[in-house]
Amino acid sequence: MESNQNTYTISIYTENNIGLLNRISAIFQRRHINIESLNTSISEIEDVSRFTIVVKLEEDRIKKIVGQIEKQVEVIKAYYHTDEETIYQESCMFKLKSDLLFEEREIQNIIKESNARIVTVNKEFFVLEKSGKRNEIEQLYRDFSVYGIMQFVRSGRIAVTKEEMKISQMLTAFN
Amino acid sequence: MDIETVKTTDVATAKTVRISGSEAIIKCMIAEGVETLYGYPGGAIMPVYDELYKYRDQIHHVLTRHEQGAAHAAQGYARISGKVGVALATSGPGATNLITGIADAQIDSTPLVCITGQVASHLLGSDAFQETDIVGISTPVTKWNVQITKAADIPEVMAKAFYIAKSGRPGPVLVDITKDAQFEEFDFSYKKCTSVRSYKASCKPNIEAIQKAANLINGAKKPMIVWGQGVILGKAEAELKAVIEKAGIPSAWTILGASAIPTEHPLNIGMVGMHGNYAPNMLTNECDVLIAIGMRFDDRVTGNLSTYAKQAKVIHFEIDPAEIDKNVKTDVAVLGDSKLSLAELLPFLNETSHNEWHQKFKDLYAIEFEKVIKDDLHPTKEGLTMGEVINQINVQSKGDAAIVSDVGQHQMIACRYAKFNKTKSNITSGGLGTMGFGLPAAIGAKMAAPERDVVVIIGDGGFQMNIQELGTIFQQKVPVKIVVLNNEFLGMVRQWQQLFFDKRYASTEMTNPDFVTIAKGYYIAAKKITKREELAGAIEEMMTHEGAYFLEVCVEKEDNVFPMIPTGASVSDIRLS
Repeated sequence: MESNQNTYTISIYTENNIGLLNRISAIFQRRHINIESLNTSISEIEDVSRFTIVVKLEEDRIKKIVGQIEKQVEVIKAYYHTDEETIYQESCMFKLKSDLLFEEREIQNIIKESNARIVTVNKEFFVLEKSGKRNEIEQLYRDFSVYGIMQFVRSGRIAVTKEEMKISQMLTAFN
Repeated sequence: MDIETVKTTDVATAKTVRISGSEAIIKCMIAEGVETLYGYPGGAIMPVYDELYKYRDQIHHVLTRHEQGAAHAAQGYARISGKVGVALATSGPGATNLITGIADAQIDSTPLVCITGQVASHLLGSDAFQETDIVGISTPVTKWNVQITKAADIPEVMAKAFYIAKSGRPGPVLVDITKDAQFEEFDFSYKKCTSVRSYKASCKPNIEAIQKAANLINGAKKPMIVWGQGVILGKAEAELKAVIEKAGIPSAWTILGASAIPTEHPLNIGMVGMHGNYAPNMLTNECDVLIAIGMRFDDRVTGNLSTYAKQAKVIHFEIDPAEIDKNVKTDVAVLGDSKLSLAELLPFLNETSHNEWHQKFKDLYAIEFEKVIKDDLHPTKEGLTMGEVINQINVQSKGDAAIVSDVGQHQMIACRYAKFNKTKSNITSGGLGTMGFGLPAAIGAKMAAPERDVVVIIGDGGFQMNIQELGTIFQQKVPVKIVVLNNEFLGMVRQWQQLFFDKRYASTEMTNPDFVTIAKGYYIAAKKITKREELAGAIEEMMTHEGAYFLEVCVEKEDNVFPMIPTGASVSDIRLS
């Protein structure tokens, strides 16, 4: 089973209504599928929300899941894509002690090489933001762990597809 | 609520009037053609009940004795009429009591609109008296659900609720309305909903897929149809009959497909599934083209999927895209409404008769008749069988009655042996298998089709799950015929215990009360019989009695239902004993 699993990014365009997150997450819950990450936001279309969900599954199961998601009344359209078919990013933040920034030369090198961005600095701590692939963020986490991380948070994946998603045309046809 | 999502017709709206939210709810229901609804009052829905009192000459509210009864009665109403069934309940326990009926309606694609009262919006989330998160609770078992906190949202939401419940693959919708929204006044006008941008009820059948399906059917030597409830929901009975007859295809049905084609039709080969007929189950693994119409390959139908119809090309006519390839991989999928799809298919089909192939079904039926059916319907041993009771009802009703069944052995026997001349005549809980369904569902069925004989077959277990609805039958004077097949066991579980648990009858034996006295206590004419010679007379008396009638038939305690496909076995491993 494991060997047939792949990472898929599911993109769901929905009405912006209360309770839909519950409906969508229930589809995964009742099938015992673990959601690797989940992000909701506005989309390029006015009043249309977008869910981006990452799961590891076999292809025949992801097809069925997307079918069940599309069946929900308030879902306009759902798609699934492999990593190769998308451009994707995650974002994270590190809170570290300010002393490190000034006393550990290596920290400055790590920040420079990783293209992380300093968000704020004060006497007690400084905050870094880094966007990128999961492995880049994990590498940064390992690098900073040696020095002590005060706080860490990572966002869900956000992704756009390389191919066009014809969602706008669908909505135009309705209006 | 994002009302922008509702696209309404250009039909002129009714004159705007300033009314309360609760009155608006009634007006919406009247606009949707609701004449009868089932429910139970309570604190959080009282404003709506107060308005119902005002509109009692336009809309008939049936007070059931439990909200579960209201949901099942609404289901029975919907199943026999094809209309939307409506149930009403208060917040908290009233709402949660509806859930079993809602779940049942969801899995059996029954159009329901359930309206629940809710605590005032400023109390939401505060664990107020009789507050439950019914929208959260009902999410997995509704086609759509929503909470209204502002009266102004009521017309749009109600229009959408009815549209979603009845269109496409039907299902239950729950509308939860806070008490303050019920009291609030607003300018009311109503437009029916005809589309929702994020919801595609159905699609036009794809002509290429239909041609591919026709080619496969025309080239088949051993084609077989399995139809389901989609045929009845799509009102496609005539189209199905035309297809079957033109292409000469032996055709079987799932439990919810029963009655779409008359039982006596020469190409009707019986029921598939766990307790279905021997021939269609056996030959599923021999047919070369399997044509599934409006059915979803439930595990009770397919048995072990890895051995199910592997030799066959599979064509699936289906309205719900999510059902395609869900359980059985199809070669041709025809999406859309069954009536349209079958009508489009018909001209492409060659006129054929598959006499040799059909003879195989007849030969296997003869084996089933000899080993099972004969003893079920015409027993020679002393005790009464469930089959002979159904057979006697067939004789008296001439196959014109609507048969409602509860869940268990009697259900399988009723579905196997009831004769149906008319569509929408088999009302049972198929997917959820809800004991307690039968009695309240029969109330709804009889009220929706008062011109029809409605006979409900129930076991002694299921009868006691909603026995309180005898009160509703009495109060509403619903002339439903109630037959309890009493074997003093939870019979189906006992059968499994016998076959698979070394006869360890753990908690399946029932010590029953005097059912006749209970029925008479509700002022319902009642009789109990124990002997074969009493059967025909008792059924005749029941069928000719003007009002409701309760008949208890004491049947053999340890009879089993055969044929049977054990769980997880292949359909061709079906057992005759």
